[in-house]
Amino acid sequence: MSRHTLSVLVENKSGVLARVSALFSRRGFNIESLAVGATENPDLSRMTIVVDVESQPLEQITKQLNKLVEIIKIVELDAAAAVQRELLLVKVRAPMAERTQVLQTAELFRARVVDVNPDTVTLEATGTPDKLQALLAVLTPLGIKEMAQSGTVALGRGPRAMSGAGTLRPVERSA
Amino acid sequence: MTTTPSEHAARETSRDAATRDAAASLTGVETTARSVAEAATEPATGITGAQSLVRSLEAVGVEVIFGIPGGAILPAYDPLFDSKVRHVLVRHEQGAGHAATGYAQATGKVGVCMATSGPGATNLVTPLADAHMDSVPMVAITGQVPSHAIGTDAFQEADIRGITMPVTKHNFLVTDAAEIPQRIAEAFHLASTGRPGPVLVDIPKDVLQATTDFSWPPRLDLPGYKPTTRPHGKQVREAAALIAGARRPVLYVGGGVLKAHATEELAELAALTGAPVVTTLMARGAFPDSHPQNLGMPGMHGNVTAVTALQKADLLVALGARFDDRVTGHLASFAPDALVVHADIDPAEIGKNRKADVPIVGDAKETIVALCEALRGEQAAGRPDLTTWWAQLDDWRQRYPLGYDWPEDGSLSPQYVIERLGALAGPEAIYAAGVGQHQMWAAQFVKYEKPGTWLNSGGLGTMGYAVPAAMGAKYGRPDTTVWAIDGDGCFQMTNQELATCAMEGIPIKVAVINNGNLGMVRQWQTLFYEGRYSNTRLHARNPDGTPKPVRIPDFVTLAEALGCVGLRCETKEDVDAVIEKAMSINDAPVVIDFVVGHDAQVWPMVAAGASNDDILAARDVRPVFGDGQV
Repeated sequence: MSRHTLSVLVENKSGVLARVSALFSRRGFNIESLAVGATENPDLSRMTIVVDVESQPLEQITKQLNKLVEIIKIVELDAAAAVQRELLLVKVRAPMAERTQVLQTAELFRARVVDVNPDTVTLEATGTPDKLQALLAVLTPLGIKEMAQSGTVALGRGPRAMSGAGTLRPVERSA
Repeated sequence: MTTTPSEHAARETSRDAATRDAAASLTGVETTARSVAEAATEPATGITGAQSLVRSLEAVGVEVIFGIPGGAILPAYDPLFDSKVRHVLVRHEQGAGHAATGYAQATGKVGVCMATSGPGATNLVTPLADAHMDSVPMVAITGQVPSHAIGTDAFQEADIRGITMPVTKHNFLVTDAAEIPQRIAEAFHLASTGRPGPVLVDIPKDVLQATTDFSWPPRLDLPGYKPTTRPHGKQVREAAALIAGARRPVLYVGGGVLKAHATEELAELAALTGAPVVTTLMARGAFPDSHPQNLGMPGMHGNVTAVTALQKADLLVALGARFDDRVTGHLASFAPDALVVHADIDPAEIGKNRKADVPIVGDAKETIVALCEALRGEQAAGRPDLTTWWAQLDDWRQRYPLGYDWPEDGSLSPQYVIERLGALAGPEAIYAAGVGQHQMWAAQFVKYEKPGTWLNSGGLGTMGYAVPAAMGAKYGRPDTTVWAIDGDGCFQMTNQELATCAMEGIPIKVAVINNGNLGMVRQWQTLFYEGRYSNTRLHARNPDGTPKPVRIPDFVTLAEALGCVGLRCETKEDVDAVIEKAMSINDAPVVIDFVVGHDAQVWPMVAAGASNDDILAARDVRPVFGDGQV
């Protein structure tokens, strides 16, 4: 199994997310994370989809996605040639006696404190999935009350963009 | 990351060009209804959404709609009353859907069906799924509850767009009456281009009632839809080189060849290569059965030669076929020595089940033309010698021809009935089958010579397909004799459409192969469940299991009740006469109740999940291929 990050430009219309997620479930593909948001073009949204598959099913996934009428373009973002980030909000148990340790950990991971009260501290951290995993590993023994994590968002490095001139090479429509 | 205005402009330009192309291709749809189309393309202002819908359907060249009105779609039925588009009032929405499919399969045009919201729409789900699996161009129009009521569990509300997402090529919920012409144009474009398929357009009642303007042709806005029709030259040359070098090639022809209207081109490719041809269940009629190169149908109930030719081939040239599990059997042992050229208009089919050594994405017609051209270059030095291959194939053909035994209990043989029907009705007729034993026999024992003469539910396996599909086909080709070959199980699912046929003057003929059982399921119970016939008997019986001397239903009186002529045949001697009698009646639908034995089985057979190498020519009869492998 291997992780692949797909950046998918889709028409900004109702129902597109349902089509994509239904496609994954009915074809038996596994989504590790999925993030949807606006793009520079109001007609388009970007879905960043992380899948965990063998390479052969990946080809099937991209081909099946390309069949959806509202999907404009799919690019596989190679980890080495793309910036990938996730956002984590985590509420940690932090009584006064242990608070320093929590804050030091936050500092080490360049996490920001976004909410404080006598019992807990809520941290905001961004980074690669690996970095956030490492942060969570350190925080877990201190006591995580609850957390919320976004899916991965990603952009290719370098001057090129997915739409417009000099575009990134799409995943082939043809075999 | 930003795009410059010039980049935006460039994309807009190419999108507009694509829109123009699409609009141009749409005018090709206007064939029979040209005068209607011209009248309808007049712009109009201050009309209702419903009027805009009907004008759009006229403009796109729709000849007939199969449907049933109801609350939410009612506004559309008012302008339809005055339209030149004819409406056939069916008795169940499933019948409307399959009629649209039959019409599309027989004519090559887009079939259209219409239903109201909620149960009307959900009754279309089966025919939509059926058309989706068999790539049939079809547009379904459904009424929806008013916009303000959507999501409130209103009366007759169903989220039909959500429900049909997995079983349509695409679907729309129209939210503004001004969009109607565009959505209809897009629906027909999507349904009929690329890999064809069903498209559903759901329109809320208030949108149908709103005031709007109409102009035609609308701009199509489908920036993510660009089917590849022209095959890649390099791939075609590689395929031609493989064909030129193959010693045991097989042309594995699927339904895509019929969809692409590429049968003449296929005949040329067959002539150029001299290779054997197999036609899948969806491709019967794509290549004449009388042609010496046609080995017939491969698959679970294919004939021994066609199945074994694929197994022993060194090259498969798959044209518009999808390596369905009913063709390949156990996938890992399918055609183990063969290289694969796989040509299909849908890139997702290529490599889905079987790795392709040479993938070709493109329209079957363009691909075959290009293949022929490349092959002529390859063959300049001479054609490959296939004598040894043909000697082997002919040996198998001679030793394992299709056949059947007469039932030991003296009852009528269903295979004989179907064989005689094919012989008497001939290759000009259209045959529509249901699903089960009779379908397989109709695929085996009727000889197909022409495209568009064999209609069946291949992918989804929808029992009840035959009668409504035959009705749609007969509507589209009124001068052609249309036979539904149905089982008694299938017939009891959709025979209500015979009332439609009788009322609307659509004189189809139905041969009910009545064995009193769900025959195919019974066959599996015989073979795999020790003859424990759980819930497969349809005929009336006494508590001790013996048959009752009563017919429930009596298909002859049922036919008469539905406004048809009902005939019955129970003996071999009467078969020809009753078929001829049915052929002589052309002013009403005819139903023949052929009472046949219930123990007849479909052979050959590759058991589900078994390897094609383990094909049985008949029960417990394994062919010997004379190559050390049995």
